[in-house]
Amino acid sequence: MNQKTAKPTLAVFKFASCDGCQLTLLNCEDALLPLADEIEIAHFLEASSAVLPGPYDVTLVEGSITTPHDAQRIQEIRKQSKKLISIGACATAGGIQALRNFKNVDDFISVVYAQPGYIDTLATATAISEHVRVDFELRGCPIDQKQVIEVLTALLQGRRPDIPSHSLCVDCKQRGLVCVTVAQGTACLGPVTHAGCGVLCPACERGCYGCFGPMETPNTRALRTTWARRGMTDAEISQAFKGINANAPAFRKEHDAPKR
Amino acid sequence: MHTIASNKLAQLFILLKKQGYAVIAPALRDAAIIYDEVETPSDLPVGWTDAQSPGSYRLKKREDDAYFGYAVGPHSWKKVVLPPRMKLWAARREEKGFTISDTTEAPRKLALIGVRACELYAMAIQDTVFIKGDYVDPFYKAQREKLFIVAVNCAQAAETCFCVSMKTGPKAETAYDLALTEVIENKRHYFVAEAGSRRGAAVLAALSTAIARPAEKTAARQVIRKTAASIKRTLDTDGLKTLLYENLAHPRWNDVAERCLTCGNCTMVCPTCFCTTVEEITDLTGDHSEHWRRWDSCFTMDFSFIHGEGSVRSSNKSRYRQWMTHKLASWHDQFGSSGCVGCGRCITWCPPGIDITEEVKAIRKNPA
Repeated sequence: MNQKTAKPTLAVFKFASCDGCQLTLLNCEDALLPLADEIEIAHFLEASSAVLPGPYDVTLVEGSITTPHDAQRIQEIRKQSKKLISIGACATAGGIQALRNFKNVDDFISVVYAQPGYIDTLATATAISEHVRVDFELRGCPIDQKQVIEVLTALLQGRRPDIPSHSLCVDCKQRGLVCVTVAQGTACLGPVTHAGCGVLCPACERGCYGCFGPMETPNTRALRTTWARRGMTDAEISQAFKGINANAPAFRKEHDAPKR
Repeated sequence: MHTIASNKLAQLFILLKKQGYAVIAPALRDAAIIYDEVETPSDLPVGWTDAQSPGSYRLKKREDDAYFGYAVGPHSWKKVVLPPRMKLWAARREEKGFTISDTTEAPRKLALIGVRACELYAMAIQDTVFIKGDYVDPFYKAQREKLFIVAVNCAQAAETCFCVSMKTGPKAETAYDLALTEVIENKRHYFVAEAGSRRGAAVLAALSTAIARPAEKTAARQVIRKTAASIKRTLDTDGLKTLLYENLAHPRWNDVAERCLTCGNCTMVCPTCFCTTVEEITDLTGDHSEHWRRWDSCFTMDFSFIHGEGSVRSSNKSRYRQWMTHKLASWHDQFGSSGCVGCGRCITWCPPGIDITEEVKAIRKNPA
């Protein structure tokens, strides 16, 4: 990859999302110039209106699939991409808009839009991996700057990215922070949540909200029991799992558990 | 033995700093007592204690002004000699091949104040792993040799402590430079100090002390005896290794697997757990690479990942069993001692409150 003659091309595409993950990439500042030295940014509308045609060596996809049109579009993008990486909670689990999956979407449309007839939407918001093969999923709401640069660097170097999928607790303890659940009785999703954020909330003595989704082996039932013993109701516990990553299978299953 | 009046404790801090040591001691942070760099004895958690139980830790005010009136907290001294994250070396690509540069900083002289008996044992166990074997860890060894250790005999145990069972406390027995026992009685507040090394004796000689009178020595012994008597949690170690080896298929492992979050907290807070992983970090060009070591846990999937096989301990059950049987059984085969010092951290800092002593009892009660 040191030969500068033919740089690999990078494309960034957006689906249903808030653009926060793309902004995280744009905010990389110090890393962006070296990145531009190593790769050709071929399609990144948030950064530039200059667009090169595919195929692309690496494609980052932000957002979830919520319309029939997008369900088609992601198929085309997959065909144009050698490596496809979904970035952020929307692309990896459906995002906050996947709360629609818990309800009947037609009920919302009739209330929200003056002319519901113009709305062409799917009943669900789903992860990119539910539609096409994904080579790597980068978690977070939004994604972490260091992690997105690490994934791109690893791809350029042909090595495995250093993105641990263990619990947030491992990183929390490595930082020397004090467990908010044990020392303060605060509900924290850290034990079932994928590391990667840098332990933002526990560092401010707040419980983890699960922005990075389920960790590799989430024992959500054990966490429910842990919280219940500290006085939380089943409904309160279910609500905690119904956040940014509500549609991630492990969190959704635990949210629904009391109803079963 | 000598006595140091409580209001003369500052002299120890000043002297150690004059000798070039940074002082690391218990301090209040984020609703717990942790270990951090401090300046004076007033930075210690004076008048504070902790109430601990499985999965719970709460700070509480004491009725006196004890400097060391609490048990161990979420930190352990392993963070000093085995930092959670450490860059071991860096490499740069050259015209032909590459060069490696040692980027580790020279170890600092550190005075650790308030090291408990169980923690001294834990350090001795890590010494066996990192220094005494065939493969000496140079980073660990270099930092270990720069420590001045002020032990404190426990005047207060937590409900989660079981050092008496593990024969690791509450009195400091193994290598220390100074050992203090804090005595508060009849409106007097003083420390009975004992040197454990030549360096410790020299430091003690330079402080304002008095020769300890028999009554003061008795008072200090009484403090330790009272603490030992207050420890109710037990772990029966008799035949424990064989018991666990013969019960690898015990149904209790399924039971604990349902409660275990596999979050890894127990391994992170354990003062003897020493596992680390190393990762290569490269820059975008691939011309510069760094080799980082960081704490790892046998509760992660990557820990037992084998190429082509995935994780060989993919179930919660197999990972908890691995951790506990290593700590209490195979550690003996590997290093000649138990890997558990009875500090109780894994019990307190486990969010669901899994209790290693209860797990042993359950298997012992109904063995295969």
